[in-house]
Amino acid sequence: MLTLGIDSGSTTTKAVLFDGEKIVKTMLVPTSATPKQSINYLYDQLHNEDVVYTVATGYGRELLERADKKVTEITCHAQGAAFLDPNVRAIVDIGGQDSKAILLDNNLNVIDFLMNDKCAAGTGRFIEVMMRILDEDLQHIDEFVVGKTPANITSMCTVFAETEIVSLLADGVDKGDIALGIINSICRRTSFFARKLNLYGSIFFSGGLANFEIFRKTLEKHVGLPVVTSPMSQYAGAIGAAVIGWRKAQKTR
Amino acid sequence: MELIKTLPDVFEEFSEQRRNSFMSAFEMKEKNIPFVGTFCTYTPTEIIMASGAVPVGLCSFSDETIPDAEQDLPRNLCPLVKSSYGFAKTQKCPYFYFSDLIVGETTCDGKKKMYEMLAEFKDVHVMELPNRQSVEGRKLWKQEVIALKEKLEEKFGVEITEEKVREQVKLSNRNRLALRHFYELMKLDPPPMAGLNLYGVLYGSSFKFNREKAIQEVNALTERIKKEYDEGSRPIPKRPRIMVTGCPIGGNAMKVVKAIEENGGNVVCYENCGGAKSVDELINEEAEDIYQAIADRYLNIGCSVMTPDSNRLKLMGRLLEEYKIDAVVEVVLQACHTYNVESYTIKRFVTEHNLPYMCIETDYSSSDIGQLNTRCAAFIEML
Ligand code: SF4
Ligand code: SF4
Repeated sequence: MLTLGIDSGSTTTKAVLFDGEKIVKTMLVPTSATPKQSINYLYDQLHNEDVVYTVATGYGRELLERADKKVTEITCHAQGAAFLDPNVRAIVDIGGQDSKAILLDNNLNVIDFLMNDKCAAGTGRFIEVMMRILDEDLQHIDEFVVGKTPANITSMCTVFAETEIVSLLADGVDKGDIALGIINSICRRTSFFARKLNLYGSIFFSGGLANFEIFRKTLEKHVGLPVVTSPMSQYAGAIGAAVIGWRKAQKTR
Repeated sequence: MELIKTLPDVFEEFSEQRRNSFMSAFEMKEKNIPFVGTFCTYTPTEIIMASGAVPVGLCSFSDETIPDAEQDLPRNLCPLVKSSYGFAKTQKCPYFYFSDLIVGETTCDGKKKMYEMLAEFKDVHVMELPNRQSVEGRKLWKQEVIALKEKLEEKFGVEITEEKVREQVKLSNRNRLALRHFYELMKLDPPPMAGLNLYGVLYGSSFKFNREKAIQEVNALTERIKKEYDEGSRPIPKRPRIMVTGCPIGGNAMKVVKAIEENGGNVVCYENCGGAKSVDELINEEAEDIYQAIADRYLNIGCSVMTPDSNRLKLMGRLLEEYKIDAVVEVVLQACHTYNVESYTIKRFVTEHNLPYMCIETDYSSSDIGQLNTRCAAFIEML
């Protein structure tokens, strides 16, 4: 018996199969301009006769008509993170288009959350735009900033930060210093935002940026609490969806 | 009085009442009945009615005229103020157009300064609303109630006798009771109607200019809903019971209520203006000093423009219990500083009652509907 969880995010769509104990398969495709195709593609790829329950989550969750249930990314992220590390009591997720912070109680139920969906600064989009200006590949960011001192980036808005970086470049400031400055800026902003919740315990960091150690380390410095992540963190939403599906399936048996 | 239409038709009619009353307003104007435009729950409408004029709410909840308003007003201002000013400026609101006088109060900064600008198109009378519900505040507010009376007498060339005032106080109290009995139906679990319909009736009834008839219609509606419920009708499933608090809502801002109800919650109580805040308390009809009684009743309103705003917490605490609320959603209109700041106190208050709280900051656009749905769904999943 298996359950399928699919998370249709703004940049990537992710799916996992869960056997009640562990994740047995994962898949990720770009969402691109066709979220409906992406989510249905993953469903077709992964759904088989062993799958008893499917939960869809994320922005595009309504686009998968064949899902047994649709659950918001808040609840799924929280359950996914708690599955990956039962010690977490908060989740900070920096997504492609928004960022969110979720607070759990000791029973791992969501008790509060915040979403920032008003502006691109503080989201993955911000770092993408900035790396494009620096003409550097985000994939190598960890090596790129080794031994650098962060440049001071003060603008609170993507558009202004862009201008700020262009002028830093014109002043001949080292690209690595600028990159580290950008990371600092996004982590500082994220921690201001997350600290509106009464954070405690350890914090699970998810979203695409969580793959990079430098982001984890910088965020930890700003939040002042242990920040953990997992190689599977990008799949947290999909895992949570599959875990919730599993519980539903148990109940209906 | 008996209602002949089906409930959905009655709800529909109430929610369209503002528009449907354009014609009757026009006819009343033809008969030289003056209109007085108001913007706030603190306005003592009894005095206006005692002058023979019809009070009409001018607050606007649509983003249609915001671009026009922004030619004169800063962008980062509350949408209620911008929209209302925009409708006034462009003459797109017939009630503004019909109004012979506008009565405003020194409430929040945005409205206060807007009245100065409105004075360029209309006769505006601004009442000085104290910031506190103190002894001095009560004194001042009573003076202001009397000053309003004098202004109306002069403006419309009438005499407002105490007898007329007392008569209107009684009528208004009956109206409050009718509305209260109506919204108290929501204490039933599951509720007998959607929160959207509840609001539609509360808002719509204020545009029925024949008060006496409005009271009868609301009472008939209450009876009808009660009867159908007793007969076993359950139009709404049992779901988490949500209280809405914060800034006044209506029109486009009802998107929040829609999002709650489309994602698994029942809005069973409105604490904000338009709901309990504007209706709950009665005026002491027997008071020797009727002007003081009117002043007291209005000044007691728990709005965030007061400091401290302890009456809001008092009302809220009572409603939380009476309506067996499961969670509270606060709506803050963008750039409304008083409600935005006060949301800290409200969150703490609600949390102390061991209930979940969520604050939604929004405006009149439809750009955030997707996020609103996710937020509300996640909030309700949490319950
Ligand atoms: S919220 Fe306050 S200022 Fe606004 S209408 Fe209500 S009482 Fe008046
Ligand atoms: S919502 Fe707030 S800012 Fe807007 S008019 Fe009312 S009190 Fe003033």
